[in-house]
This record gives sequence, structure tokens and C-alpha cells, in this order.
Amino acid sequence: MKYACLVYLEPGKLHAVPDSECAASGDKLRQRGQLVAAEALQPIDTATTVRVRNGRVSVTDGPFAETKEHLAGFYLIEAADLNEAIQIASRIPPAREGSVEVRPVRALQP
Amino acid sequence: MAESVQETVDAVYTADSRRVLATLIRLLGDFDAAEEAMHDAFRAALEQWPRDGVPANPRAWLVSTGRFKAIDVKRRLSRFDSLDEGEDGVDDRLLGTVDPEAWADRESVEDDRLRLIFTCCHPALAPDAQVALTLREVCGLTTEEIARTFLTPAPTMAQRIVRAKSKIREARIPYRVPEASELPDRLDAVLRVIYLVFNEGYAASSGPAVTRHDLSSEAIRLGRLLVDLLPEPEAMGLLGLMLIHESRRIARVSASGDLILLENQDRSLWNRSFIAEGTALVERSLASGRFGPYTIQGAIAAVHGGARDAGATDWNRIVVLYDALLRLDPSPVIELNRAVAVAMRDGPAAGLAIVEALLDRGELREYRLAHAARADFYRRLGKNTDARAAYRRALALTRQEPERRFLERRIAELEN
Repeated sequence: MKYACLVYLEPGKLHAVPDSECAASGDKLRQRGQLVAAEALQPIDTATTVRVRNGRVSVTDGPFAETKEHLAGFYLIEAADLNEAIQIASRIPPAREGSVEVRPVRALQP
Repeated sequence: MAESVQETVDAVYTADSRRVLATLIRLLGDFDAAEEAMHDAFRAALEQWPRDGVPANPRAWLVSTGRFKAIDVKRRLSRFDSLDEGEDGVDDRLLGTVDPEAWADRESVEDDRLRLIFTCCHPALAPDAQVALTLREVCGLTTEEIARTFLTPAPTMAQRIVRAKSKIREARIPYRVPEASELPDRLDAVLRVIYLVFNEGYAASSGPAVTRHDLSSEAIRLGRLLVDLLPEPEAMGLLGLMLIHESRRIARVSASGDLILLENQDRSLWNRSFIAEGTALVERSLASGRFGPYTIQGAIAAVHGGARDAGATDWNRIVVLYDALLRLDPSPVIELNRAVAVAMRDGPAAGLAIVEALLDRGELREYRLAHAARADFYRRLGKNTDARAAYRRALALTRQEPERRFLERRIAELEN
């Protein structure tokens, strides 16, 4: 059984917990074999939303803001740049129904 | 000597600074670093060219100098970075040997300009940020100039640009011309930005003047650049459309700054060479068979451009073109424009019926031009009371000063 744990924070609190603490906690989980993937994300300013409607990909700046939609899943992908990430995101099937927010991960500072 | 070198540097800046910047962005992988490197390179030119003479290829010299200045900056920064053990922090892209002559190669330099356009107009950036970034990076306008033309406070505009650049960097928006498969959608985004800049200049949506010439001419320059770099039919169609609209600039505003309708314009004031150039572009695009909505709008503008007076306008051809446009790009605003053409072909009653139905559907209820068109049809039918009421509705919705004066004049005429 895998679980996706999605962290929500107010923009002003993105750095409230030191990166070193997050890295250490991730390492601990990894050593115990309890971690598949964990990443910190860049701020919401870097978000891009991808939707597919009638077979056409629509790309917009910013996070998806449909409050009626709830988080339904989570992918961690590897892409060369945003164009490739958008291509991959547009092939995620629920992009036809809802939307997929693409956000770059942020390397934790040592 | 010094003075003439200064003039040469100025001339090179005007002609080539955008090309130098576009190439430096590719080499340095960062907008801000490239801008700084470009300014360092021009500063170095002012110091060195009077002494050493102007290089044979100034553009290649500037790119090469800018790139080395950027390497210096990175080296200096990395020296302060205590964690950076052993390596000097300069990435391979900077140190890789690049032949300065290769930069003079027109093809790769022009590719960089196209890369810059597509990056600034990337759909992952907010639409207003696409416009601001394009005007700044591709056209070379300052942030203050862009803020002034869009009647936005300069700090707001600066923030918009900073945010867009940071998204390009952090989300890794690639500096690349899209592949053939994604080109149609991405080209649409570029054309939309250019048309938005043009319209903001041509029909200023707010403010004291009807037109803001500087933005329209920037849009036409962008259009020319795009057609030059990527002669796609719709790029030609858009340039043609803008040129034909631009041809009427002087004729469309009276000495007192009031709007003059197409049918009342003095057509001898129309710029014939713009019309000829625009019409030829539209025809080339139509002949390709791969045209889209901009080309059709250009073809409509060309029908007006070719009519020696309003009475000689081929309204039937215009209605047919609007029908084609609606099939490609259904929109209530285009239906409204079609209604105006139908009224010219078949009489005001026919136009009125279409506009009434459109207003009943609701989408255009708050659109000032729908009420202005309805008012005009009533006026031509001699129904002055209905006409006045519709003009008042349009007046309540307009935010543009010359338009307000035009509507007030029409209401006053109907009262006499």
C-alpha cells in the first residue's frame, strides 16, 4: 500500500521548517524503507496548470483554483524542461476531467 | 573620432542589441545574467572601440565580450562561495569553446530571436506577463515605458516582469523554438500577444486618446520580425491585418481627437502603401490554403481598403468572409460585426433583427458596441426614441473619452 502525503503550507511559512530538518526526516524514512519519493516544491508562482478538453491541451499560468476539485492523486515525474513536463501531464488521463498542476521541485539546501 | 565611435555604438545598439541579448540568453541560460552581460559588453565597446577601432563584426564581438564578462562575474561570485570546493562554479556552457564567427551566422542568430519570442509568449506565463516580457525583451522597451503605455504603476509592471523571468528560470521554460507538432498552438499564442499589443495601441480601451501609436508600431515591428523569421500564413495574415488597420490611423481621428467612422473617413488620407503591402500579405496567406482567423479579418479589412468610397464597398463579400470567420472562430462579437455588414447589404432592419437576437442571448448585454450598433440601426430606420435610448445605454458602458463624445453628439443630433 502506498500513500501520497501532500504538504500544504501558507506561502509565508515555506521556510518555517529548516531544510536540513526535512532532509534528515526524509533520510530516516528512506533508511527504514518507508519512502518512495519526497520533494519540496518551488513556490506557487512557478505553477502551471494543464487541462485537456476535446483533445486539445490548454496551458495556463498559476495553480488550479477550482475549490470544488480536491486532490485526487500525485505523480512524481522526470522531465527535461517545462515543455516535456506539460506533455507528460497532458497524458495523465484525469487531465481530461479536472486539471493537473505542474510544479518544479526545489532542492533542499544542505 | 570619439564622437563618431559613440554614434557607431549607438547605431549598433539600436540595430543589434536585441539579437545580442537573444544569443546571450541562450549562452548564459538566464535572462538577468544576459541583460547584465549585454550592458557590460556595450560599456566595453565604448571604452575599447575608440582605442582599438570598430571590430569587423561588432555583433560577434559584443556576444563574445558579454559572454566573457558573465564568466568573470560567475568566477568572482564562486570565489566567495566557500562550499564550492575545487570547481570554479562556471558551467560548461560558458566555458565551451565557441567560435565567434559562428555567431555572425545569420541562421543561428535569427533562431535565437525566434527562441526569445516563443519563450516570452510561453502559455505557462500569465497573458499580461507575456505581453510585458515581449515588449521588454524582444522590442527593448524599458519597464517604465511599458508601464506608461498600459497605464499601470511602474512597480506593478516591474514585479510582473520579475515574476515571469523567475518562472522561466525556476520552472525551466525552455529557450527553444517549438517542434512542428506543437507549433500551431504556440504560434497562436505569439500572434495573440502581437495582436493584443496592436489593439491596445490602435483602440486604446481606456484613457484620453483614441489611439496609442507607439504600441501599434511596436506590434507591426514584431509582426514584420515574425514573418521574416517564420513566414507562416497566419503570421502574414496578422501583419496584413495590422497594416491595413494602421493605414487609416490619421483618417480615423479628427483634429479635435474625435473618432470618425469608417464610412465618413477621408479615404485620401489612407496610407496606400500600407494597404497594398497588407493586401498582398493577406492574399499570399489565402493562397496557401492554411490560413486562419487573422487572415480572414485581414481580407475583410482589405475589402474596405480597396473601396474608393463607402458606397463602393463590396458588402456581400464582407458578409461571406464573416461567415467563414464564424465557422473558424465562433464569437458573439464577430456575429455583431457580421450584423453590421448585413445591415449595409440588406438594410438596417435586417441588421437590427440579428443584434436584437444577440442581445437576447445575453453575452453582449454589457458590450457597449452592441448597443451602439443597435442605436445606429434604429437611427437609420427613423426610430429616434429607440435610437436615443440605445445610445444612452452605450454611453453608460463606455470608458473611453472620444467614444463618449461621439455618443453624446449622436444623442444631441437626435433631439433636434
